[in-house]
Amino acid sequence: MSLLRFFRPRTPPSAPLAKERLTVLLTHERAARNQPEYLPRLRREILEVIGKYVHLDDDKIRVHYESHGTVAKLELDIELPNQSGSVAVPRQARMAQPAAS
Amino acid sequence: MAKVIVITSGKGGVGKTTSAAAFAAGLALKGHKTVVIDFDVGLRNLDLVMGCERRVVYDFINVINGDAKLSQALIRDKRIDTLAILPTSQTRDKDALTKEGVERVIDDLKEDFDYIICDSPAGIERGALLALYFSDEAVIVTNPEVSSVRDSDRIIGVLQSRSRRAEEGLEPVREHLLLARYDSERVARGEMLKVEDVLDILAIPLVGIIPESQSVLKSSNVGLPVVMDPSSAAGKAYMDAVGRFLGETIEHRFVKPERRGLFQRLLWRTA
Ligand SMILES: Nc1ncnc2c1ncn2[C@@H]1O[C@H](COP(=O)(O)OP(=O)(O)O)[C@@H](O)[C@H]1O
Ligand SMILES: [Mg+2]
Repeated sequence: MSLLRFFRPRTPPSAPLAKERLTVLLTHERAARNQPEYLPRLRREILEVIGKYVHLDDDKIRVHYESHGTVAKLELDIELPNQSGSVAVPRQARMAQPAAS
Repeated sequence: MAKVIVITSGKGGVGKTTSAAAFAAGLALKGHKTVVIDFDVGLRNLDLVMGCERRVVYDFINVINGDAKLSQALIRDKRIDTLAILPTSQTRDKDALTKEGVERVIDDLKEDFDYIICDSPAGIERGALLALYFSDEAVIVTNPEVSSVRDSDRIIGVLQSRSRRAEEGLEPVREHLLLARYDSERVARGEMLKVEDVLDILAIPLVGIIPESQSVLKSSNVGLPVVMDPSSAAGKAYMDAVGRFLGETIEHRFVKPERRGLFQRLLWRTA
């Protein structure tokens, strides 16, 4: 260990944290960047159409877009309010349940 | 067939203009007919770094507007006869650059030059978009620092979606990472991202690592592209990068701090 090194106060290296934060951030930013520009509009219009039949809060519809080369996949996850009451059950979960009588 | 190369980064102050001047001079020193265009309209600086600021009569915008001929605006370098520069204008008019105008000038330059280097302004606005639009290859200048890496990632996204090659479904723009202002001492202390970190994140091929070096400021003071200073570590690193760009296999230098004794450490000054 050199003399200069000896005198320098040791602080934990910050570069690993920089790398980790960048990795997380860029994963998000790249996914958002590859989405078609119409996606937010599409989402709003779907919300409007469903709104004609049932009341739906804005956060109960999720649109997920994925593109792999030549094919793209659009996933809609719409959480409808439970018919019988106020507790919202995700649609997929509800389908798995026995039919409500 | 002439090639258009954009020097870009998203972020400002990372070394685009320094790199554009060094790359242009490096290619010209290797015998290629090279022209470097300043796209930073309103903030003309390339002329100063190249040492020809007193010879600017007409500029890029004059040529686009038809106020001057291309041959009147081109400045031939006095030191390297295969090198020319097309300075930009000091106008504040943001719409001075037009896509048709830029295309016309680039097409004309392709007749006389092997390489057309476009020094991009910072940002992702009009000037930066036009600087990269016609490119065949892109040198993405990045500093080992979070905001620079993030902005480089964005500009790579722009190259892949909004360049002419992307829009016309041609072969994509070839991307090269140029890691600039690399301070190996700080990297060794864990204060700065390593080469491998930046490569992991950006995932594009590395064309060069330019060390942080006092000679860069010295060169710009006297208007000499840094590759023409034989004592400069940055100059050597730029020449290596140009060699790799042209397909040569050259090992990376200046990645590890030099081993120096205490006495040398105290006396040491960057070349
Ligand atoms: N390798 C380097 N070492 C030290 N200083 C540098 C280096 N590269 C660039 N600089 C300095 O950084 C500043 C910004 O560089 P410049 O090339 O003008 O960046 P940009 O065109 O991206 O805004 C200038 O003062 C320049 O001298
Ligand atoms: Mg610049």
